[in-house]
Amino acid sequence: MKKLKIGDLEKIRDKARRTSSLRQNKARARVTVHMGTCGIAAGARKILTALLEEVGKKNLDDVIVTTSGCAGLCSREPMATVEIEDKPPVKYVDLTKEKIKKILNEHIIKGNIVKEYALAIGSERTTLK
Amino acid sequence: MKEYRLHALICAGTGCVASGSLDVKEELEKEIVKQGLENEVRVVTTGCQGFCERGPIVIVQPGDIFYQSVSKKDIPHLVEEHLLKGRPVKELMYVPGPEEAPVPTMMDIGFFKHQRLTVLKNRGRLDPENIEEYIGFDGYRGLEKALAEMTPEEIIREIKDSGLRGRGGAGFPTGLKWELCRKSPGEIKYIVCNGDEGDPGAFMDRSVLEADPHAVVEGMVIGAKAIGTHKGFIYVRNEYPLAVKRLKIALSQAEEYGLLGKDILGTGFDFSIEVAQGAGAFVCGEETALLKSVEGKVGRPRPRPPYPTEKGLWGKPTTINNVETWANVPAIILRGAEWFSSIGTEKSKGTKIFSLVGKIKNTGLVEVPMGITLREIVFDIGGGIAGDKKFKGVQLGGPSGGILTEEHLDISVDYESLTGAGAIMGSGGMVVLNENDCMVDTARYFLNFTQEESCGKCTPCRIGTKRMLEILDRIVEGRAEEDDLEKLKTLAEKVKKYSLCGLGQTAPNPVLTTLRYFEDEYKSHIEEKRCPAKVCKHLFKYVITDKCTGCTLCARNCPTDAIEGEVGHMHKIIQEDCTKCGTCLEVCPVNAVEAVDNE
Ligand SMILES: Cc1cc2nc3c(=O)[nH]c(=O)nc-3n(C[C@H](O)[C@H](O)[C@H](O)COP(=O)(O)O)c2cc1C
Ligand code: SF4
Ligand code: SF4
Ligand code: FES
Ligand code: FES
Repeated sequence: MKKLKIGDLEKIRDKARRTSSLRQNKARARVTVHMGTCGIAAGARKILTALLEEVGKKNLDDVIVTTSGCAGLCSREPMATVEIEDKPPVKYVDLTKEKIKKILNEHIIKGNIVKEYALAIGSERTTLK
Repeated sequence: MKEYRLHALICAGTGCVASGSLDVKEELEKEIVKQGLENEVRVVTTGCQGFCERGPIVIVQPGDIFYQSVSKKDIPHLVEEHLLKGRPVKELMYVPGPEEAPVPTMMDIGFFKHQRLTVLKNRGRLDPENIEEYIGFDGYRGLEKALAEMTPEEIIREIKDSGLRGRGGAGFPTGLKWELCRKSPGEIKYIVCNGDEGDPGAFMDRSVLEADPHAVVEGMVIGAKAIGTHKGFIYVRNEYPLAVKRLKIALSQAEEYGLLGKDILGTGFDFSIEVAQGAGAFVCGEETALLKSVEGKVGRPRPRPPYPTEKGLWGKPTTINNVETWANVPAIILRGAEWFSSIGTEKSKGTKIFSLVGKIKNTGLVEVPMGITLREIVFDIGGGIAGDKKFKGVQLGGPSGGILTEEHLDISVDYESLTGAGAIMGSGGMVVLNENDCMVDTARYFLNFTQEESCGKCTPCRIGTKRMLEILDRIVEGRAEEDDLEKLKTLAEKVKKYSLCGLGQTAPNPVLTTLRYFEDEYKSHIEEKRCPAKVCKHLFKYVITDKCTGCTLCARNCPTDAIEGEVGHMHKIIQEDCTKCGTCLEVCPVNAVEAVDNE
């Protein structure tokens, strides 16, 4: 470890912030992958892994990826819900690895809902703090 | 850069380690691998969350989901349900009352909701053994600011303007102390961190050192710059091995990163810190005794003046501050005096950490803004008195403090109000008492402690406390005379006035406050030979009433075979053999055993 000088702390802080951002409560977006029994059977794990890889690659430290239980629509699994600060949540269905990447790039990064994969907008209310 | 989806924070403070958190952690890591989640879930060990009574504690982020009393066998279910499927596990959550729903998130639990974390802001959210985590949560930014942008005078001014006062007991203004030391003539000066924490039951300082050691280190480096010194000592009790370990890790990491040692942050300022381990005597917490002990001599107090700021370690000007005081410094420098002084009352700024124990529902370590009422601490945070008992009083400030009553519940918790009522802020011990506590016995307990800890150097303390204890013994044993109460009062005043150090000067406080607010109870003991709370063993007896069904449970459990009776017939206690251990009262399934006054 090279000794730090005035100004160097910022770099460590940036790096450390990214690894601890989950504990800092400053998320801009949250993606929830539904992981009920049928979701897992339909391949939700793969979606989750692909999503996490992509978020890591792009250093998106303000995006939280979580899981939740059954969404009650087993036939359309794998499913995910995307919530962007102050906007109603959007549910995506019949996901594949490619689809989730596109959702990440279009919706989460650029803010454009990917209508062709979306099920409904604003079907449930969970606001981000 | 590896991205995790979840962080599972497991408490590795002393309390949770004692209740098995390290085993739980091991199991958690194993189970995470088993479910193939090792690239998605990160396990982080943290310091004490303050709710040790409910340990081991696990918090899952994001979501702030709080799990209590987690055992190894709960882990497979927890990992599968919450970490894999995202369904928080209700059975492991906090439940406020018998008919109430579990509370999932930490900040909705009364115990946490009413606290205000500034000194303890990092408790349970970062890994205290990893300096980069501390840096990630704004750590060492205050130091950077102090070294790059401020003169020593400006640092002192900031601390003075903030209104910070010593958290070790007396509440002396910290900025003023620093200024006195800076202005004391001499090239060589020292600073010391007092982590002796001798009050029985107190663990505020231990918790700060375990959960956020870098905050203390950073505070001391800032102080060193302000005061103009190159050497500091942190004095920690021997009984705190985990605190010492974390502190040493923190010191070596800070040195490695150039935040301690030579040429700190490239600014040319040198400062190093040494850990000194204490012998554990209560009097060693007193500053002059502590300094002797750091010098390697017997820890005995000496008269002041001269104060340590003039003649301290090895006769050099020395600033000694409490752990919590030092830990307050970085945030004051980073966020400014104005921010700090916006919290609290006119004369008591900031927050105070208390160790809240006794007859309440939620016990633990709490940080509250100055000016909060005792009622809020006892009822909103502590959840009120456990069981269906009545509140009786709060003992504040440990053996040097006093006992306040129901009528004080609404006074503001600040230095002046507490002193005015006869108690002290002290270092932050808070014991809640209910109707089953005898005030004479409680006062006796604390006096017995200080009497044993008296170093014996001065007569008022050595002999005075002994005589006081003898009178209290007579009172609790029913041998007291009418004039004993007067004698006790006079002695107490004398010990307070003529003792050499703070130990003796404050030792009579528990007696004096109970005399002031519970004189009736003393009189019952003396005049009627009666202990209203049924605590003093010589002044009551246990009897078995006709509710007894003859189940024999008490007789089988009595350690001295003092209970006789046939199966199915009423039992009887042979008073001569009874040691008043209370076991029979506890085991009787029909509450047939009662404590009654002696005839
Ligand atoms: C008997 C006795 C015991 C004390 N024990 C402690 C202690 O354990 N920790 C502490 O910080 N101060 C203790 N003090 C207070 C110290 O003498 C000193 O005032 C304090 O460390 C100064 O730091 P502060 O200004 O930051 O509070 C004790 C005082 C007395 C008289
Ligand atoms: S336990 Fe209670 S009920 Fe049973 S014999 Fe003893 S006093 Fe009687
Ligand atoms: S108080 Fe203890 S010693 Fe006395 S009768 Fe009950 S169990 Fe036996
Ligand atoms: S398990 Fe996913 S909709 Fe039922
Ligand atoms: S040690 Fe875990 S909450 Fe205190």
